Amino acid sequence: MKEKVMKGVFLAAACVSIAAVALICVFLFAGGFPAFQKIGVVKFLTGTMWKPNNDFYGILPMIEGSLYITGLAVLFGVPVGVLTAAFLVFYCPKPIYRPLKAATDLLAGIPSVVYGFFGMVVLVPIVRGWGKSLAKVTDISAGNGSCILTASLILGMMILPSIIGVTESSLRAVPTQYYEGSVALGATHERAIFRTVFPAASSGVWAGIVLGIGRAVGETMAVVMIAGNQTRLTSNIFKGIRTLTTNIVIEMGYATGLHRQALIATGVVLFIFVLIINIVLTILKERGKKVA
Amino acid sequence: MIAVENNNVKSPVRKQKKERHIGSAVMRALVWIACIVTFAVLIFLIAYILVKGIPHIKPSLFALHYTSENASVVPALINTIIMVGLSLVIAVPIGIFSAIFLVEYTAKENKFIKLIRLTTETLSGIPSIIFGLFGMLFFVGFLNFGFSLLAGAFTMALMILPLIMRTTEEALRAVPDSYREASFGLGAGKLRTIFRVVLPTAVPGILAGIVLSIGRIVGETAALMYTAGTVAGVPSSVMGSGRTLALHMYVLSSEGLYMDQAYATAVILLALVIVINEISNAIAKRLQKV
Repeated sequence: MKEKVMKGVFLAAACVSIAAVALICVFLFAGGFPAFQKIGVVKFLTGTMWKPNNDFYGILPMIEGSLYITGLAVLFGVPVGVLTAAFLVFYCPKPIYRPLKAATDLLAGIPSVVYGFFGMVVLVPIVRGWGKSLAKVTDISAGNGSCILTASLILGMMILPSIIGVTESSLRAVPTQYYEGSVALGATHERAIFRTVFPAASSGVWAGIVLGIGRAVGETMAVVMIAGNQTRLTSNIFKGIRTLTTNIVIEMGYATGLHRQALIATGVVLFIFVLIINIVLTILKERGKKVA
Repeated sequence: MIAVENNNVKSPVRKQKKERHIGSAVMRALVWIACIVTFAVLIFLIAYILVKGIPHIKPSLFALHYTSENASVVPALINTIIMVGLSLVIAVPIGIFSAIFLVEYTAKENKFIKLIRLTTETLSGIPSIIFGLFGMLFFVGFLNFGFSLLAGAFTMALMILPLIMRTTEEALRAVPDSYREASFGLGAGKLRTIFRVVLPTAVPGILAGIVLSIGRIVGETAALMYTAGTVAGVPSSVMGSGRTLALHMYVLSSEGLYMDQAYATAVILLALVIVINEISNAIAKRLQKV
């Protein structure tokens, strides 16, 4: 009897995560649906004006902002992260491995407000300086330092631990014979690593990159502190921009009615982005398992 | 004749060797540079916050109550502790029980197990702002908790659930089957085996996961802003609103009036995170020895 009851309890606990995901979907879509209906999906997604006071709800600037900042963050973070993982696996002297590993864990553990704060007090003034000196020699208009470049530099830093972690474990999963065989054929240490081991671990490396993309797209607090948050379409990396995540955080505090629904709908768009990234990640992981 | 032929054969080989050598040297340099960049940036961040922040840690920072003069962190610290406690009380039993179900009660992967795994993975990939939105719609609005520590704790519980499930599952799987067989052989039932033999053996692994989740809760902001709210004091009950340390720091730095206190709060947050990481590492190390 007791055994059966407890089995039921365990089963119920296991269902919580299913229920949670179902509830999140239901409440988000139900909350955002009226906005899609009243504004129109196409108008909402492709509108370039976000002026809640005048009932203009277009989130194209935020979509651009999210993609732009994430793209640049990946550009900064991926090479450094992947090569650092290669260092940890193939170059790291044994005594310093443990401290370095602990350091990457710490990098993952630092709260996003602290990253944002660091960006605000250190990086923003530096980038403002860059912008000013660039503005002198070109006709680029420089902003005040809270801009796309600053946000993507900090985000590039924040996605490092995800990329390092996943890349490292996928590199370690490659049988050592690959490396040895390559060296035996006359390849240098580097050639063996980057031409033999890396291709074998490629789906894992890609999984790390996609995980980093997911982190960058979803990051909110660090971005809100340093990205400037203006709703505009711009390609100038010294200008401020707003992302999907920050749009929600900035305006949710005082939004009502359609404005509030439009913000929830922004969340729905973000959620769909994240779900797509998750699906890609799952596919990559499955492929990695098959190879191993 | 022979000399020319030799030259023709040799030169490409020599060229290739040289190229390979240069390429390798470049890659080696890049790897070292990447590693130095990663860790230099981390060390700079920590050093900068510590050097700038420690001088601002003053007695007034630890006044019992928050006023506009002292911007004390004590209420935020208390709220953080309450938030950690509540979230763990909700998430740990659920996480451990579902891990038990996955490990002890399922022999093979069926569709249901796959669904559980898929949803857990999905949960761990959802950004915190989405959890915040959901918490606001569901716990604050639909269940009528209002902006409260409880609404925040439920939201955080959902966020840390996948982490606890995964670490517990790994810990349970690491327990050798011979333990279970021995327990069955002595006449113990399944439940007794799980609670008296399997779980105690898996405790270090489970603890490591819990410590990691504490770190997540301490550092969280976006999910708490519109669930637990941003009131600066300690609420009289869990149904009241109160901000945790990370949220406190965000409000201070975005107001721009209390930058010194923001620096000091950053130091406290960093110190907490470092300590939490150290504890988790220490537990993991002990685990490896076992």
